[in-house]
Amino acid sequence: MDVDLIFKIAGLGILISIIDKVLIQSGRDEQAQMTTLVGVVVVLLVVIQLISRLFESVRTMFQLY
Amino acid sequence: MEIFQVVGLGLIAAVLVVILKEEKPEIALQVTVVVGVIIFLFMLGKINSVLTVLKNLARKANIDLLFLTTLLKIVGIAYIAEFGAQVCRDAGSNAIASKIEFAGKVLIMILAVPIVFSILELVLQIMP
Repeated sequence: MDVDLIFKIAGLGILISIIDKVLIQSGRDEQAQMTTLVGVVVVLLVVIQLISRLFESVRTMFQLY
Repeated sequence: MEIFQVVGLGLIAAVLVVILKEEKPEIALQVTVVVGVIIFLFMLGKINSVLTVLKNLARKANIDLLFLTTLLKIVGIAYIAEFGAQVCRDAGSNAIASKIEFAGKVLIMILAVPIVFSILELVLQIMP
């Protein structure tokens, strides 16, 4: 039950939205866009690892070769 | 009891998703995916024990293992297709969700063909 993973991702999301706002306020819109992209990619990496773990466990359990 | 952990986790995740919804909907979607996967991995041990009981019963009643393995495969495909379709529906793309379900149905039908054949043979043997 790695619950802390959820809180890490949610915290990262909130952090990114705050950074986004700060950057937009200071007029650097394209950098705001970049940070959003970077944040989404980082979260995606974590999620993809978890999904591959799910697929592995379903494959071994239901013998879906 | 595990059910309290699962429900607590689900509620907390729902609140986090609401927080993230209007700012960063893409990350909110990924939080829902992560929670779904974590809850399934948490239930893995239970499912495994149920499956072993089923296998033992099938072995005792010396049912042909083909039926049970095909059944397990079908359940696996159904679960993964359902998981993918629900996530896509959450993300708002119903078209993709229905395509995933369509693919799942086709794959399940393909798996069911050998069983249908064996049943037909059985019936033909019984017929005088």
